[in-house]
Amino acid sequence: MAVCIAVIAKENYPLYIRSVPTENELKFHYTVHTSLDVVDEKISAMGKALVDQRELYLGLLYPTEDYKVYGYVTNSKVKFVMVVDSSNTALRDNEIRSMFRKLHNSYTDIMCNPFYNPGDRIQSRAFDSMVNSMMMQVC
Amino acid sequence: MEGLTLSEAEQRYYCDLFSYCDTESTKKVASNGRVLELFRAAQLPNDVVMQIMELCGATRLGYFGRSQFYIALKLVAVAQSGLPLRVESLNTVKDLPLPRFVVSKNEQESRHTALYSSDADSSASYSGVIPPPPGRIQVKKGSVSHDAVQQRTSTDQQESTSPVVSPQQSPPTSPHTWRKHNRHPSGGNNERPLAGPGPFWAPFSEAQPGSSTSSDPIWSGHSPPPHQENWVSFADTPPTSALLAMHPASVQDQTTVRTVASATTTNEIRRQSSSYDDPWKITDEQRQYYVNQFKTIQPDLNGFIPGSAAKEFFTKSKLPILELSHIWELSDFDKDGALTLDEFCAAFHLVVARKNGYDLPEKLPESLMPKLIDLEDSTEVGEQTGEVGYSSSPAEAPPSKSPSMPSLNQTWPELNQSSEDTAIVHPVPIRMTPSKIHMQEMELKRTGSDHANPTSPLLVKPPDHPEENKMSSSVKFTSGNTVTDGYSSSDSYTSDPEQIGSTVTRQRSHSGTSPDNTAPPPPPPRPHPSHSRSSSLDMNRSFSVTPGQQQAGVVAYPPAVPPRPQPSQGAGPHVHRPVDAEGLIAHTSTSPQQIPEQPNFADFSQFEAFAVSGVNKEEEDEIETHSEVLQVEKPSDSASSLRVAKADGRVEDKAPANVPTSVGKGTTPLAPPPKPIRRRLKSEDELRPEAEEHTQKTGVIAAVLASQPSIPRSVGKDKKAIQASIRRNKETNTVLARLNSELQQQLKDVLEERISLEVQLEQLRPFSHL
Repeated sequence: MAVCIAVIAKENYPLYIRSVPTENELKFHYTVHTSLDVVDEKISAMGKALVDQRELYLGLLYPTEDYKVYGYVTNSKVKFVMVVDSSNTALRDNEIRSMFRKLHNSYTDIMCNPFYNPGDRIQSRAFDSMVNSMMMQVC
Repeated sequence: MEGLTLSEAEQRYYCDLFSYCDTESTKKVASNGRVLELFRAAQLPNDVVMQIMELCGATRLGYFGRSQFYIALKLVAVAQSGLPLRVESLNTVKDLPLPRFVVSKNEQESRHTALYSSDADSSASYSGVIPPPPGRIQVKKGSVSHDAVQQRTSTDQQESTSPVVSPQQSPPTSPHTWRKHNRHPSGGNNERPLAGPGPFWAPFSEAQPGSSTSSDPIWSGHSPPPHQENWVSFADTPPTSALLAMHPASVQDQTTVRTVASATTTNEIRRQSSSYDDPWKITDEQRQYYVNQFKTIQPDLNGFIPGSAAKEFFTKSKLPILELSHIWELSDFDKDGALTLDEFCAAFHLVVARKNGYDLPEKLPESLMPKLIDLEDSTEVGEQTGEVGYSSSPAEAPPSKSPSMPSLNQTWPELNQSSEDTAIVHPVPIRMTPSKIHMQEMELKRTGSDHANPTSPLLVKPPDHPEENKMSSSVKFTSGNTVTDGYSSSDSYTSDPEQIGSTVTRQRSHSGTSPDNTAPPPPPPRPHPSHSRSSSLDMNRSFSVTPGQQQAGVVAYPPAVPPRPQPSQGAGPHVHRPVDAEGLIAHTSTSPQQIPEQPNFADFSQFEAFAVSGVNKEEEDEIETHSEVLQVEKPSDSASSLRVAKADGRVEDKAPANVPTSVGKGTTPLAPPPKPIRRRLKSEDELRPEAEEHTQKTGVIAAVLASQPSIPRSVGKDKKAIQASIRRNKETNTVLARLNSELQQQLKDVLEERISLEVQLEQLRPFSHL
């Protein structure tokens, strides 16, 4: 149900970004980029000395008129950003959480692949198909 | 019989044919079935065959000696080329093509069965050789249909025919090489297209079809290629020709196929044309090879290869990393970063296939799934070791294998313990369900471990919690967090400190719903609380502070408020109080004594006196608030009356005791956090814009005072008032004590929570520095 899903590395460069209406890709890239500031703010606000007690799911980062942006950060500072359509009102928080969990699982699978060097762009077909399954629901 | 001159090719070819027919190895061939079949295969009319036989002298001899046989063959060639059968033609006809023997499929099959049953030899290949290229395909099909897996009966004569064929035909390259490849796979079954093994070793040599022609001369040799050479080539990528040189040697090799197909495409064709619909099946040979390779990396067949070693190994295949990555994704079934034997075989098979030009599938093919592979092996060949025989999912027995992975591994034993297979060598769980369900389960296990997904149809639901514990720290953390959140909904440290303050305030307010008898002033002014802890600490501090410094607090709290009369001041006015009524004085004197905790009470009385006596305005500020309460009966002015009314209203609000502000007022003596006080103060300020800055304190006091009905000035009612005030004070005491205990309990809870969170932190610390 997402319109755009992005995986950002610890150094804040994108490892993977995919959006469904491909013509607006640049707009989503920009949105994801600006949302990184909000993510960092949330991390620093909640983290302080208790980094690991910070919850991984960051929740709604910020809403715009067209869409809402949700964030999720792992313990290794890899961030998942999901942009969903605002008109999609049926999406509950739980669903977003489960989507992030699936993303995290798939990301861990990629990490386990010895042929994947952390920091590379993600080119795994399995990951692609999983992301597609989450995004295809839009159409 | 005239001398027969045969070309070298013919010589070889005839030799092969003779060997084929010479089932008894007696160097003379009787007119047995083989010969007849051969001649039938020549597709010559029967009379021609008879003629040939006559000519060659077999009829005379009653059998086919080698020379007769050769003559016969030559005559067959002559006949096939359309020349009249003449003895003279044997030698005169030059450039006679080799005799062609078309063999029907059935015949070939029967021949093959005969082959299999017999000891030898090249006959199988021979029959493969005989038909023309298209026929060869058929031959191959037929041979394959026999199950390419098996019996590599030793063959040694095959090669003799093979080279003969190739130059003769000068066929197009691919069938040519195809044929060659057909012949050269090691072991007995030459044309049994090792559709399986053959091509798979080809990949590592990157053979090219074009080189096949060059290999012709090589083919005459018969040295089996060394087993390891292909793998050496795998590692070193030797030139194709070198690999081809090894071809002829492979004949003797029975156990493994070491040939490098000069044309992988031909192998593909063969494979595709094979009757096996599944190109992903691993043949026995291949499997054995994979197992051997596995052993080189990991001697223990039950163990697994770590990802790094596997990466090195497969990188040698020179496939692009992206494809290797995809192969890994497909073959690492349990996503644990390591390969078991089955996973390794699947991966190897995929690499080989990819090298052959097969596209990688999107999903792991059925035949490569760990379970199916095991079953296939166990049913077909007993060679496989016991551990291969366990039809288990790739779950690893030692959970320690994947310390950091979301532990599907650990879920597997739980999942499958109910369906243990007797053949299991080590307690590896079996996947009893079809592979699709298997994968589905795996997926569900991973996604369903999250507690938020209660509907996951996992086989094992109870270990949801332990699974959660094994899940990645993030999930665990999430669950832990939610639990924490649920537990401390009111006290969550992550929430806004204000909330906590307000919560506490609310709680306090709830508990402190008593009429505000207490007179202690609000706590000293504090900066806006930054977080809950500090606020709670402040609470404690304020608790300790308040009793001792009520007056001071009262004084210091609102900067804008004109300083309240200090106790001394309070005493002052007290002293200065115009001697009004002794009773009053007595009252005032008694009041502080009786109610030492409430010095304001004294103030109250003072102010009352002042109010009565019309004290100066300076004190009136303070007095007014008191008087507002006091002078319920005597609203000196509208403002005061207003205040009184408001104070009363406040009091009344307190009576139901649910208004935060008023309650806050009432509980101010208990050192409420500044915020609620401020709020209240602000509201009061709003209410009374007449510069009643110290309304907070005064408001408190007023509330306190208001809680007590205006002290009757008449002496007569003093006792009653005193008693009432005593009662009220006692009530207030109990309320405050209760509040105190509640807050102490809260504090304990928060501390406990803090400890648990710190423990969590410690547990998660290993993951924090990723």
